[in-house]
Amino acid sequence: MSVSHALASGMGGIRTAGDLVARMQLRKMRLREAKEYVAGKLKVSVFDLADSTVMRELREELDIGVITAVPGCAKGLEAKARIAELLDVEINSVKRLFGKVGMTKGN
Amino acid sequence: MSEIQTRMGDGYTVSMTPDEVKADLVAGSEDAARRGKVPVLEESELEWLFDLFANPSRIMGVERGHEIVLTKDGSVNTLYSAQLSSGVGLPLSREQAFRVFERAFCFDTMEIGHPDYSFKPVKAIVALEATGVEQALHGTIIPVFYGAMPNFGLYARPDGPFPNPADLLPRGQIAEAREAQMEMAEMCRDDMVYVSKKMAAVGADGINFDTTASAGDAEFLATLQAVEELAGSTDLAIEVGMAAEMVLGFHGELDYDGKRLAGMWPHQQVKVVEKAGAHLFGPVVNTNTRRSTPWNVARATTFVKECSKVAEIPIHANVGMGVGGVPMYEIPPADVLTRASAAMVEIGRVDGL
Repeated sequence: MSVSHALASGMGGIRTAGDLVARMQLRKMRLREAKEYVAGKLKVSVFDLADSTVMRELREELDIGVITAVPGCAKGLEAKARIAELLDVEINSVKRLFGKVGMTKGN
Repeated sequence: MSEIQTRMGDGYTVSMTPDEVKADLVAGSEDAARRGKVPVLEESELEWLFDLFANPSRIMGVERGHEIVLTKDGSVNTLYSAQLSSGVGLPLSREQAFRVFERAFCFDTMEIGHPDYSFKPVKAIVALEATGVEQALHGTIIPVFYGAMPNFGLYARPDGPFPNPADLLPRGQIAEAREAQMEMAEMCRDDMVYVSKKMAAVGADGINFDTTASAGDAEFLATLQAVEELAGSTDLAIEVGMAAEMVLGFHGELDYDGKRLAGMWPHQQVKVVEKAGAHLFGPVVNTNTRRSTPWNVARATTFVKECSKVAEIPIHANVGMGVGGVPMYEIPPADVLTRASAAMVEIGRVDGL
């Protein structure tokens, strides 16, 4: 069932920019506003956000995590720290990481 | 086109003439409009739905550029749990299953949850649950929710400490039943807040209150009060997913923000959920197994369209087994599931599913 929804309607998660648009929805942005915000930060069109051909390359270039297992690309918290910077948002787990290692955002 | 192959609300295939499908679309929308006092679908929307069901392709989807964000209730139980969660029993840990959803199924967000999926049993093992969330947070990129149900019934005898309203009400002990529900609500709310704050402490992105108001208005009130406290004291994104299309009035005299909770429909529920401070709302519209899928999808999208229209927060409609126009069957057939999915986006105007 989950896969059927992903194919029929889903943005595509980290194949595309689905996780990034989701992060803005977690800040109460509705779909259009969230997509426009992310597209602006990524400097792509709203249409491109769910295009895996465009986003696969762009995610590697921005080093924010890619769908395939590429050695050296940002993973997990590394990727999320870069996403927080890119989208100019706080991510709870990244904030906690910086607190644990005695850093603040940007240091 | 002489016959259209679609399905009934129980999942079994049915052949209908084009006129029968059109009549069911109109009737489904009118049923929602009559019950919820919301507008019926417009002619162009009914035509779009007819084309959706008349198309002989097995799989349908939204127009490119109209893709939405996916959240999921029931967490990753689908992969490792048993039939009770429609689970397929894979020998995977929750953390492994989470990665499968991120990397293989391409979900935009995902949940960690306990197999029982209720806040009350989680309270005693919350350290284990928070550890599962931490591990998912360290290794994955998509937002991590913790999910569970308020599951109000667990607070009444024989499972809980309070008198059971379902025993008291048939005996005419209305006041006692109401008193018991208020005691249950207080303990349920405290459990939800306790568990959620533990998840906030480890850096979870969000909390999902799933199947909210399954036991009616007192459970809904407890959840709204928990949302209110968490919205004011944590950085959690809060999702409230409902149990049914209308809030049942087992108590009957409960208000939130001056609005009576019993009898609320999705477009009314979202306003009190917003007021409490939630970030996402998941409306439910129940499937009628004796009606066709065109009838159920038209009905569900009529309710949800109005909910999306009045909402200020993102709407993630429930489109799973037995809700959102999807047949009430353990393995929802992909042909009608993908049609319900696309319809909820294109006609229901949702922000996510």
